[in-house]
Amino acid sequence: MQDLTSLVSEALGEVAACADLAALDEARVRWLGKKGTLTEQLKSLGGLPAAERPAAGQRINEAKEHVQAAIEARREALAREEVERELAAGRIDVTLPGRGERRGGLHPVTLARLRMEEILRGAGFEVATGPEIEDDFHNFEALNFPPNHPARAMHDTFYFSDGRLLRTHTSPVQIRAMLSKGAPIAIVAPGRVYRCDSDMTHSPMFHQIEGLKVDEDISFANMKAALHGFLQAFFERDLAMRLRPSYFPFTEPSAEVDMSCVFCEGKGCRTCKHTGWLEIAGCGMVHPNVLLASGVDAERYTGYAWGMGIDRLAMLRYGVSDLRLFFESDLRFLEQFQAV
Amino acid sequence: MRIPYSWLTEWVSVAWSAQELGSRLTMAGLELEALEPAAPVFSGVVVAEILAAEKHPQADKLRVCRVSTGKGEPLQIVCGAPNARAGLKSALAVLGATLPGDLTIKAAKLRGVESAGMLCSAKELGLAEASGGILELPSDAPAGEDLREYLALDDLVLELNITPNRGDAMSIIGVARDVAALSGGKLTGPAARKGQGSRPTAVLRDAFGVYVDSPSGCPKFVGRVIRGVNNKLPSPVWMRERLRRAGVRSISPVVDVTNYVMLELGQPMHAYDLAKLTGEIRVRFGRAGETITLLDGKVVEVQPDVLLITDSSGPVGIAGIMGGQRTAVGAETTDVFFEAAYFSPDTVIGRALRWGLTTDASQRFERGVDPSQQERAVERATELLLAMAGGEGGPATIQKSKEHLPARAEVTLRRKQLARLLGAAFDDARVRASLEGLQMRVEPTAEGWRVVPPPHRFDIAIEADLIEEVARIIGYQEISEADAQVPQRFGSLPSARPPEREMLQALALRGYHEAITYAFVDPQLQGRLFPELAAIALANPIASDLSVMRVSLWPGLLKAALENQHRQQDRIRLFEHGARFVATGAAAGTAGPIREVDTLAGIACGQRLPEQWGLPREMRAPVDFFDIKGDVETLLAATGARAEFTFEPQALSCLHPGRAARLLRKGEPVGWLGELHPSLVKALDFTYPPMLFELDVEAALWVERSAYREVSRFPQVRRDLAVVVDESVALSSLTERVTFTASSLLRDLRVFDVYRGPGVEAGRKSVALGLIFQDISRTLTEDAVAALMADVVADLRVSLNAKIRE
Repeated sequence: MQDLTSLVSEALGEVAACADLAALDEARVRWLGKKGTLTEQLKSLGGLPAAERPAAGQRINEAKEHVQAAIEARREALAREEVERELAAGRIDVTLPGRGERRGGLHPVTLARLRMEEILRGAGFEVATGPEIEDDFHNFEALNFPPNHPARAMHDTFYFSDGRLLRTHTSPVQIRAMLSKGAPIAIVAPGRVYRCDSDMTHSPMFHQIEGLKVDEDISFANMKAALHGFLQAFFERDLAMRLRPSYFPFTEPSAEVDMSCVFCEGKGCRTCKHTGWLEIAGCGMVHPNVLLASGVDAERYTGYAWGMGIDRLAMLRYGVSDLRLFFESDLRFLEQFQAV
Repeated sequence: MRIPYSWLTEWVSVAWSAQELGSRLTMAGLELEALEPAAPVFSGVVVAEILAAEKHPQADKLRVCRVSTGKGEPLQIVCGAPNARAGLKSALAVLGATLPGDLTIKAAKLRGVESAGMLCSAKELGLAEASGGILELPSDAPAGEDLREYLALDDLVLELNITPNRGDAMSIIGVARDVAALSGGKLTGPAARKGQGSRPTAVLRDAFGVYVDSPSGCPKFVGRVIRGVNNKLPSPVWMRERLRRAGVRSISPVVDVTNYVMLELGQPMHAYDLAKLTGEIRVRFGRAGETITLLDGKVVEVQPDVLLITDSSGPVGIAGIMGGQRTAVGAETTDVFFEAAYFSPDTVIGRALRWGLTTDASQRFERGVDPSQQERAVERATELLLAMAGGEGGPATIQKSKEHLPARAEVTLRRKQLARLLGAAFDDARVRASLEGLQMRVEPTAEGWRVVPPPHRFDIAIEADLIEEVARIIGYQEISEADAQVPQRFGSLPSARPPEREMLQALALRGYHEAITYAFVDPQLQGRLFPELAAIALANPIASDLSVMRVSLWPGLLKAALENQHRQQDRIRLFEHGARFVATGAAAGTAGPIREVDTLAGIACGQRLPEQWGLPREMRAPVDFFDIKGDVETLLAATGARAEFTFEPQALSCLHPGRAARLLRKGEPVGWLGELHPSLVKALDFTYPPMLFELDVEAALWVERSAYREVSRFPQVRRDLAVVVDESVALSSLTERVTFTASSLLRDLRVFDVYRGPGVEAGRKSVALGLIFQDISRTLTEDAVAALMADVVADLRVSLNAKIRE
């Protein structure tokens, strides 16, 4: 029997020197296999006196276990190293761009419109729509514009040769909605409108949104509250609002709606022409003639209507300075509106 | 409307500054659009008298003047104005004076002659756009007085926006009335000026005959003869200044007076050269074919609904719009005939626009002129003219038809309705004071008031009109906000309507940007794309390339894509949601129902994916039909009824004939997709062929509510099959046969390859199909699947002449 202590230390040295799992396995066979050096030691037990055999056998087994443990430890270490190596090899540059399609986006006017619709739906208004090619009745007559009235001159109207026209405002939807649904009614009508006017601040096509609420005892005070509430919700801030008398054939009393400038908080800046106010909408109490033309009992019901430019609100919300940008479909412009 | 503050405050006593006045008027409905100084800033300019003017020794066009400023030695001033003459009072900028444009006057030598200041023209002082010479001041102008003080130039002009219902406010007196109502101030009327009112206005006996054939159109006509006027003189400087500030050019005393009275009283006037009038004045409607040459030289043909002022030789003016050239007043005119009439709005409305005219007169008559003020206007004009230009007046000729003059009907105002409509209650006394302040006659009743509006108000006919007046004068700011108290009402939310935001976001997620293009497009481009479709043309387009309504969103999207291509964008994906306009039945441009189709359309061109690393080669290619088909299919999947859709090869003239498909839902056409026709790709100069799609939103995208189907717990079995068929066999026929034959046990059918090339005969293609079978109630056996596959194979052989590739 060889010196166990030196054998074990030799074995441990070899195990520690194994660089991979294959070498480790070879070492295991060499030392602990059926014909392994340590296993062989058991065969020499026969040559010992019987009384010494159990103790010697136990020493050999202890030596084997010692080496076995070292091999296991080494195997685990090597496996760990292997994983580490694989991970290191599989490392990628996470800063490279992601693959596939890039997100497009909605038009800022649509984003503003959907936001308005959502706010107003929450306040009990239903979205209504109407045709863009209208007739004189719905666009003017039923809205209390007498034929040739100077108020019509404020609407530079696009006509077709048969007398039909492109609606100049979304107000005809009021008439259509009341004619089909009657009162009480609370609708909001967004859409494209047209005026034959084109310059820095006018586009021949633009967008309006119209609100109409008719019920028993709807008042001017209610209109004021509704408009103020809507503007605060849309711009997500406290802002001042004022109404000043104006004229629309289809409302009486009528008012222009000014809100404190969202850029200077009412202090006066270029956008508000140093007045602190931005003209943002027109509104008024629905004219009895309009209710009448729409088949609504003007004694029983009262109501308010308002209209505003979606484009204008979108410009204010997104800081767009030139209306025409909305209609140029320039991707460099549109790409700026990826946010939902 | 330009209202000089100094002129307005001559008519109403008010303590408000111009700024304050402007904001009060704004809050009362007469919106202040601008507040401008009557003259730009300048200083050191005084009234001066030219004592002598001699020719400059070195320059023909210059004069050397001796000029007195009333004190000290006369100054030597070199001046180039042709009207610089001895005795003239003018404006002198003394040394150190500053003129508009940051000009400082210094002592200078002009061609060797010293000049101690500068004689100024109106233009140099910023008082006129152009001048013919130095300013001419009246001979009684006090030399040495500061010009700003002498001309009261430290005045402000309120530019007011007068809404079309307030014709009564298109004058100094009209605005003054509102100011009086708002402030409680008194209406004071015009200040007397030297020379005015000192002479009787009617000393002559001669009147000019006036006959009104159409009293409904002209219920009142007041005329007056004035003889012996000197119309060659310039109007006095105060009047020229007032006209200038109000935005009216000074022409001659006679014309200036008519304009002045119109600005002051709101009554348009006209002056005829009496010597050029023949016979008598007759007010009648036009006759077919009749023409008149207007003051501005324009010859217009009038219609039988146009009211004319005529003399025995024919028309001398269009009532309420413009006078004629034949009887126009000129410098030589000495005898004039003044006209101040009331023409009913109905007679004037819309006429001027026929000839592209909008005149100061037509604007006022269309909105309504005070029918009680014609005599006063003629009197005022006479008084002003006699003081300015001499002459003597005859008696006023008055033709009046009382029954045709507008009468102001009584309007009832109920206290309860006032509170109900405004949502605010006001004291009776305040309500009454507001209305009376506006010169309304108010009589209290148990329920409220009976009110008669004054003759100048044409916009008070119903109760709501009075409520507005009360609210306007008290101030809208006094009505507090209050939430409406109405019952809770729920709206409907039809689930079949695709939520718009989802629909648009689906495309945005696939890389599309939303565009909004005009609904009117270029007829040439559209005609080229859709020669078979009639478009509706605008009668008054703003441009010829924006003159027909779009029958498709493609013309707008193609134009947008091209413009982006020009801006060096190489990958373009745009979509639009909006109406297209389809003429049904009748031909283009004529009456007939127009269908407005809610449409969703898109365009894609350039690379399939944005330029990026790590893409396989076949993905680095221009977008093709199947890319946009995939995009469209995403939209279709959102309907929850993918199986209802089919794509049929069909030709559309603007699409590549072999790469176009009609989209059908349950067999009904609901859209198109395809590649732009190569000839159009070339003609429009696209770098890459654009792919296009267009869907009718309502027909194509209505949503079917999802309904749960049981999920099988048994394993699925997949069998692949490579089928060789003729090129002409559409995949849809192949899958249709397979689906039909494989029975309901086929859960899914995938196409995972289409191959042409070696191993497949020419004119044939090999399609690789993956069939996935699953039963809901048991595990499928090998035998059962093998039997199904055998059926499929046998059927394909027979029905499509297919060969199975091993």
